[in-house]
Amino acid sequence: MNALPDAPVDASFLLRWLDTSATVLDREANRLTLLDSPIGDADHGTNMRRGFIAARTAVGQEPPDTPGGVLTAIGRHLISTVGGASGPLYGTLLRRAGKQLGDEPAVGAERLRDALRAGVDGVAQLGGAAAGDKTMLDALLPALDAMDTALAGGGSTTEVLDAAAKAAAEGAEATTPLRARKGRASYLGDRSIGHQDPGATSSALLVAALADTAREASA
Amino acid sequence: MTGTATQQEPVDPGGTTAGTNPMVGVVLVSHSAAAANAVAELAKALTGGGVDVPVAPAGGGPDGGLGTSSDLIAAAARSVDRGVGVAILADLGSAVLTVKALLADDELPAGTRLVDAPFLEGAVAAVVTSSTGAAIDAVEAAAGEAYTYRKL
Repeated sequence: MNALPDAPVDASFLLRWLDTSATVLDREANRLTLLDSPIGDADHGTNMRRGFIAARTAVGQEPPDTPGGVLTAIGRHLISTVGGASGPLYGTLLRRAGKQLGDEPAVGAERLRDALRAGVDGVAQLGGAAAGDKTMLDALLPALDAMDTALAGGGSTTEVLDAAAKAAAEGAEATTPLRARKGRASYLGDRSIGHQDPGATSSALLVAALADTAREASA
Repeated sequence: MTGTATQQEPVDPGGTTAGTNPMVGVVLVSHSAAAANAVAELAKALTGGGVDVPVAPAGGGPDGGLGTSSDLIAAAARSVDRGVGVAILADLGSAVLTVKALLADDELPAGTRLVDAPFLEGAVAAVVTSSTGAAIDAVEAAAGEAYTYRKL
């Protein structure tokens, strides 16, 4: 099953992921803001673009030499530069994940999955949300489950992250019929139904960027 | 985290009246700088004369527009920390989440806590209580009790 050489997830890998993510969020900012207009305050794209571009610049100037260090540094910059709820939420996700990786110089897909699981648990705790509340968790939790399944099947890092990206995208799409139970969108009640959740959408983009980074590394 | 461990060691006597205990700091976090400033001003005005309670607004986002700035929150908490705890009140969404994230990572002064209270009424109760030299537990309780103040 593992035909391609497996790229280790090291500091360089996550710096490339950050670069890709900033580029993708810059490109998709308008779409995210459009999704945020009917059910939020129409700032998600702007906030995510500002946060990731600032993080790319700041972390690129003094890049940490471990994958945990890179995630922790990005998380810190997101908390201070995003300005919306996605700042503390993504910031917590990445800092918890970074902390979980500790000082290890490089990890494989299984350790990455464990770290992301810790980060997503932190997000759930901070925001008090659960699956089905029409939040970023509706993309992230299916992604983690898909990683579990792919890892159990002996998949390579690329295969595991591809599975995560696919599940996150499907999870984000599946938020459309849901009624929001967290955040500003929850004030809208049934009127939040019929719109794809912007946070789940940005989460799916970030997981897709992980898969793209792995694919390019093993190509 | 009970927040009163440093009660015996006032860091900075500023913001206290001579001869009284150091006061609990109050930070008001709003999406709007104007709202945070106005609520801080109102709460201080309702406290009455002679007592300069350490209150700091932290309103608006990193770009100066509507939003939440972790840097402003951290700076505000440091500015009102007299060594006996800092009570933070926040309005909505990202304001609450940002304070929680900063607390979880120990990025605010020791003894800082997020207080579960209505923003304006809670701010008035917190600042008035702090002005009496009460400990942070009493400041927190007074702010929270503002939820029970019915208008009809």
